[in-house]
Amino acid sequence: MEFLAQTWQVWLVVLLLLLGYGFGRLAERRHYRSILRREAEMADLIVVTSKTLPESLANGTKAPETALVMGSVVISVDYFKRFVARLRMIFGGRVHTYESLVDRARREALLRMQAEARKLGARMIFNTRFETSSISKGGGDAVGSVEVLAYGTAIVP
Amino acid sequence: MITTTLETVPGRAIREHLGIVQGSTVRAKHIGRDIAASFKNIVGGELKGYSELLSDARQEAFERMIAQAQAKGANAVLNVRFTTSSVAQGASEILAYGSAVVVE
Repeated sequence: MEFLAQTWQVWLVVLLLLLGYGFGRLAERRHYRSILRREAEMADLIVVTSKTLPESLANGTKAPETALVMGSVVISVDYFKRFVARLRMIFGGRVHTYESLVDRARREALLRMQAEARKLGARMIFNTRFETSSISKGGGDAVGSVEVLAYGTAIVP
Repeated sequence: MITTTLETVPGRAIREHLGIVQGSTVRAKHIGRDIAASFKNIVGGELKGYSELLSDARQEAFERMIAQAQAKGANAVLNVRFTTSSVAQGASEILAYGSAVVVE
């Protein structure tokens, strides 16, 4: 009976791993496709981290309007990725599965910020900042997810 | 009220500095969202509920900062920054801060 209970748990973990691997990969691929498409659309909206406006913009005949814009997203890690990461934490080194997660979140946040700026008719975004935080510190089986906020100042010509 | 992450407002001189202003809020997720999120935790993907929760919270922190700036008589907040920290398991604090100024 005890043996049965143990095998049941093993099967559950295997099932969750398969679910995580399958759906996680699917979601990631779809997300990357959508990110690449939208990044191409937003390519003409320049985002920079510099604080000062170029001379031509700052001292023009008409000073540009500015607006604070931001975009944020919360992305959850899947079971498979977390499993691989836990294994990785034994040996150390690059955690590839988490790298792609944070990369997706950051690019998505940036795109949402750009979308907001575009709505205002902005041409550029200055002094862009990123902020990343983990929603709950992932203790044990807690929800492991990352929030990324991107914000900056949109310059409306 | 002008808010910007820059240190100046283009084309406008700063008349007066009124000091730092801030607004913050602490939010907890409710259990229903946590259950939905734990499913998402298996398959991965965006947690829309949390995204909304945090942007609402950020908006509130931002508005509190603006209110403080208005109370000081400012008409712009420069160098706005946001920070997020989790104060306890399942609750996060969001802070918005900047420099309140009077511009032309």
